[in-house]
Amino acid sequence: MIVSAKGIHKHFGHLHVLKGVDLEVAERELVFVIGPSGSGKSTLLRCLNRLEQPSAGSVTVDGIDMLAPATDINHARQRIGMVFQSFNLYPHMTALGNVALALRKVAGKSRAEADALGLAALERVGLADRATHRPLELSGGQQQRVAIARAIALEPRVMLFDEPTSALDPELVGSVLAVMRSLRESGMTMIVVSHEMAFARNAADRVVFMDDGLILEQGPPAAIFENPAHERTRAFIGQIQRH
Amino acid sequence: MSSWDRFTDTFFNAKVMAKYWPDILYGVGVTVELAVLIVVSGLLAGLALALIRALAIRPLNWLIIFIVDLFRSLPPLVIIVLIYFGLPAADISPSGFVSTWLSLALVLMAFAEEIFWAGITSIPKGQWEAARSTGLGFGQTLTNVILPQALRLTIPPLTNRTIAITKGTALGTVVAVSEILGMASSAMSNSYNPSPLMMGAAAYLVLFLPVVVAGRWIEKKFAWKR
Repeated sequence: MIVSAKGIHKHFGHLHVLKGVDLEVAERELVFVIGPSGSGKSTLLRCLNRLEQPSAGSVTVDGIDMLAPATDINHARQRIGMVFQSFNLYPHMTALGNVALALRKVAGKSRAEADALGLAALERVGLADRATHRPLELSGGQQQRVAIARAIALEPRVMLFDEPTSALDPELVGSVLAVMRSLRESGMTMIVVSHEMAFARNAADRVVFMDDGLILEQGPPAAIFENPAHERTRAFIGQIQRH
Repeated sequence: MSSWDRFTDTFFNAKVMAKYWPDILYGVGVTVELAVLIVVSGLLAGLALALIRALAIRPLNWLIIFIVDLFRSLPPLVIIVLIYFGLPAADISPSGFVSTWLSLALVLMAFAEEIFWAGITSIPKGQWEAARSTGLGFGQTLTNVILPQALRLTIPPLTNRTIAITKGTALGTVVAVSEILGMASSAMSNSYNPSPLMMGAAAYLVLFLPVVVAGRWIEKKFAWKR
């Protein structure tokens, strides 16, 4: 298992957001996490690269104990790419600058090397011709693809997607999903929090349904979507599909 | 003598001006020196405090907030007097120049810290998270991602505050600093004529008007454009 989270609890003050979540992800697997808002999906994702510190439990990614005090978290995070709902590109840098920053500062590449690798990453998301553009000069879909390039440029072993298309206009969603699909075809391990059910149906290996801080059920997309075991899963999927 | 002649004779007396312009010029030199020292040390100290505050070490932050609030509330004149007349009690006797420099630098530090801090906290949390998720450390994120954006936002308010505090160098007169206003007022008492004060006013205009105009230009250039 390349990702192994066990018994994850997370408290925010009085709120008990994760109530003992176990999640195992195999190499090259694409796991889709769905569930109502506030169910803890994003928090779970953020616990995997320790953007949130779990209150209890263990997280191992690519053999590294993410929660051990001795772990060099900055080193470990290079292996875990993350894409955010709001893109979070650095507005004062060009697209290439965004992609190359961590290559230089974290991976220790020279500027020339970092630029070459950064351009290659932009090429993979189809935006090499936008390398010198600032984020605000790009469409939302292009910004999110630059954000994906920023993450994959570090050659991570796992990619985390936190609602990558939720902030996009409908007509721009396709371009981002296309990039995610090609990543998947290249064998990337991916954990995706999203409501793109059609994408989940034909790209995911497994769908995980979370509710109220727990994983309620999981299985192949067809099983979860056509034949959910739990009433709450059924209600949620019914709601999503009506929209 | 017409009333106009009387006016010019009083306020723009050529003889008095000819006699005292070297004094005023000397004052300009002192003011410029003082202003540059205040701006450089005040802004650097303010930035340093804001960076320390970003580390979020609680007792340290309480201390910073206390210091900053203190120097923002006290009138600069009071601080100058306290340092000049108060420190000798602790066997440190700073000159009027040093007292003025220190006081105004502390005041600028306090305001600059607040402005830098506001700039740092106005950068969305997502910027930190994106940078940290790629493996950048706290310091690397601060210097490469947060500060370049934050500093841009701070330029307009910082320019205004810097100009306002730098003009406070005139307060140095109370502790016998021979800056423009000090030189002008002693020349005024010696000559029984206010013309040196007019020269002083002109010197302030020549010094600060370009700064104010440059400030407006910088403000326009950087205001809310990202």
